[in-house]
Amino acid sequence: MSSVYLILGIPFFGMFYQAWRGDAPTAGRLNTRLCGAAFLAALVLAVEVGRHGTVELAHLQFRIDAFNVYLIVLTAFVGCTTAMFSGPYMAHERELGRLNAARMRLYHAMYQGFMLTMYLVLTTNNLGLLWVAMEGATLATVLLVSLYRSPESIEAAWKYFILCGVGIAQALFGTVLLYFAAGQIPGIGEYGLQWSVLYAHAAELNPTVMSIAFVFLLVGYGTKIGLVPLHNWLPDAHSEGPTPMSAILSGLLLNDALYAVVRSKMLVDGSLQSPLAGHLMMGFGMLSFLVAALFLHRQRDVKRLFSYSSIEHMGIMTFAFGLGGPLATFAALMHMTVHSLTKSAIFVTVGHAAQIARTQRIEHIRGLMRTQPMVGWGLVLGVVAIAGMPPFGVFTSEFLVLTATMESFPWLTPFLLLGIAIAFAGLFRHLHPMVYGPLPEGQTPVQANLWPVMAHLGIVLWLGLSIPGVLADWFSQATRLIAGSAPL
Amino acid sequence: MSAQSHSIYEQAILFIAALVVFTSFLMLAQKRLSGMIHLFAVQGAMLAATSALAAYTLPYPHLYVSALIIVVLKVILIPVMLHRLIARMDMRQDAEPAYLYGYVMMAAASLVMFSYYVVEPIAQLSTLATRNAMAVSLAVVLLGMLLMITRRQVVTHVIGFMAIENGLFFAAVASTQGMPMVVELGIAFDVLVAAIIFGVFFFHIRSSIDSLDVDRLNRLNEVEP
Repeated sequence: MSSVYLILGIPFFGMFYQAWRGDAPTAGRLNTRLCGAAFLAALVLAVEVGRHGTVELAHLQFRIDAFNVYLIVLTAFVGCTTAMFSGPYMAHERELGRLNAARMRLYHAMYQGFMLTMYLVLTTNNLGLLWVAMEGATLATVLLVSLYRSPESIEAAWKYFILCGVGIAQALFGTVLLYFAAGQIPGIGEYGLQWSVLYAHAAELNPTVMSIAFVFLLVGYGTKIGLVPLHNWLPDAHSEGPTPMSAILSGLLLNDALYAVVRSKMLVDGSLQSPLAGHLMMGFGMLSFLVAALFLHRQRDVKRLFSYSSIEHMGIMTFAFGLGGPLATFAALMHMTVHSLTKSAIFVTVGHAAQIARTQRIEHIRGLMRTQPMVGWGLVLGVVAIAGMPPFGVFTSEFLVLTATMESFPWLTPFLLLGIAIAFAGLFRHLHPMVYGPLPEGQTPVQANLWPVMAHLGIVLWLGLSIPGVLADWFSQATRLIAGSAPL
Repeated sequence: MSAQSHSIYEQAILFIAALVVFTSFLMLAQKRLSGMIHLFAVQGAMLAATSALAAYTLPYPHLYVSALIIVVLKVILIPVMLHRLIARMDMRQDAEPAYLYGYVMMAAASLVMFSYYVVEPIAQLSTLATRNAMAVSLAVVLLGMLLMITRRQVVTHVIGFMAIENGLFFAAVASTQGMPMVVELGIAFDVLVAAIIFGVFFFHIRSSIDSLDVDRLNRLNEVEP
C-alpha cells in the first residue's frame, strides 16, 4: 500500500475520532500525534518519489511528482508543529471560558478535516477533485473562523463563506471549460480531467477555450490565495478565528491555492504558446504586493497586520510564478517554503503575545521583551525574517525574484524594491513599540511552547545561509517540471 | 439556420436553457422569500430534466444518477430546509425593500449579452445547443451574483449562491455530458454540507446581530471608527 493512502487516511479517521472525543484533555496531544504520523508518512512518500520518480495511483486519480511532494512534506510539517502549539493554546482558551466541550470537539475535528482537504488538494491528479477538496477546505475553515461565536467572528466567517464560495464557483466554471476543451480530443473520455493526461495533450487543447478557462481558474483560486482585489475575506478570517487556524491558513491554504493556479498555468502555457497566463499572474501578483504593503501601515489589530503581510508575500510568489523561467520559478518555490514556515511561526508567537496582553489590539501589546523575553525575541526574529532581512531565507528568495525580474522585466524592479521598502517600514513601525518599551501593568507571562517557532525560524535561517543539497535538488526537479529547465 | 435543422434533443436543451435563464430573472424580480425558494426549486427541477434528457438521448446512463442527486438535493432537501428555516424565524411573509428593479433588470439583460459575448470565440467548436448552454450557464452564474449584490437578506444570499451552483451544473451537463462520477458526487457532497452550514449560520447571525440583514454585519472595517 502506498503511503499516499496513509497520508489521506490518518486525518480522515482522526476527524471522526476527534468529533467524538475531541473534548478530552488528551485531545490536543492526539491531534499532534495524528499530524506527526501523517508527517512521517509524507517523509516516506518523499523518499519513494525521490527514488522511483513520479508515483501514480488508482487510475491516475492520484499523482505525486517532484512539485507536489515537497508541498506535501511542507504541509505535513507545518500542520504538525502548529498542532504542537495548538494543544496548550486551546486548553488555555478553554480555561478562559471562551470555548466549551462541544466547540473543542468541533475544533479538533475540523483541524483534521482541514488537513485532509489540504492533502487531497495536493495529491489528486483530478482537477475536479482538486476543486472539491478546495471547497471542502473552505467549509472546514468557515467552522473554525466562527469558533468563538462572537459577533465579529460570525461576521468574518460569513464574509469568508460567501466570498470564497462565490469565488471558487468561478474556478468550477473554469474546470468545466477545461473538461469541455478536453472533450474535443477523441478518446480522452473520463480521463479528461486528469491533469497528467491533459498535460500530455496540452498542445491539442483549443487555445481560445483554454484562455477563457484560465481567467476563471485564476479568479476562482485567486480568491483563496487572497489576491487583491479579491482579498477582503482574508484579514477578517485571520483576525477573528483561533490563532492556530490563522497559522495554518497562512502557511498552508494560501500555498495550496497557488499550487492549483500553477498547475492550471502549466496546462494553459502548453496550449497557448503565449505568455498570457504569466502576464495575468504577474499583474495580479504585483497589485496584491503593492496594495498589501501599503495596508500594513494602517492596521490596529496584530493578526490583521500579519495577514496583510501574507497577502503581500502571496503577491510576490504569484508574480514570480507568472514571470516564469527557471530562476523565478525556483525563487517562487523557495519563497513558498520560507514564507509558510516564517508566517506560521509568527502567528504562533502572536498568539502567545495576544494571550499575554489579553487583546489583539497593537496599542495594548507592549513591552513583550520584559514580560516574556522568549515571546518578544520570537516576534522580533520572525518579523526580521519576514521583512526579508539577510541572513534569513526570505531574503534569498526575494533576491532571486529581483534578479529574475532584472533579467526579463527591468522596469518592474523599482516597483518591487519600493514595495519591499514600504512593507519593511510598515512592519517595523508596529513591531518596535510592541516588543520594547516599559512593562505595562497587569501583563503576566503565559505558558508558551516556543519550540515550533524556533524550529521554523531555524530552518528559514538555514535555508538563507545555505540550501541543503537534497532540498536544492528537489527544488531544481520541481523547477524543471514547471519551467522546463533547471536554474542550477 | 432554422430551428428545424436541429435534432429534437438540441431543441429541447435550447428550450430548457431559455427557461433556466428566465427563472433567474424571476428570482431577481421576486420580493418574497418563500416565492424565491419556490423559484429555486423550479430551477433545480429544470436541471434534473436536462440531466435526465441527456441520459436518455445520448445515452449516458450515469447522468440518471446525477439527475436523481439534483432532485433529492436541490428540488426537495434544500428548499424544504429553507422553508422550514424561514417558518421558524417567522419570515415567511418578509419582503425585501424595493431596490431599483428597473435598473436591476437592465443590468441583468446586459449580463446575459455579456455572457454571449464571452462564449462567442467557442462558436466554431461546438453545436448551437452547447454554445447556448455555455452562455446561459455563465449568465445564470452572473445573475446569481447580481442577486447577491442587490439584496440585503442573508437567506437571499444563500439562494443566490445556490443558483450560481445551478448555473455551473447546467454548463457541466449541457456542454460536456456531465463531469466524471467521482467529481459529481464530491460536488454534491460539498453543496449539501454548505447548505447545512448556511442553516446553522442563520441562527448564529440572528443571535449575534438580532436580524438577518447583511447591512448590519459591519463590525469589521479597514478604517477604524
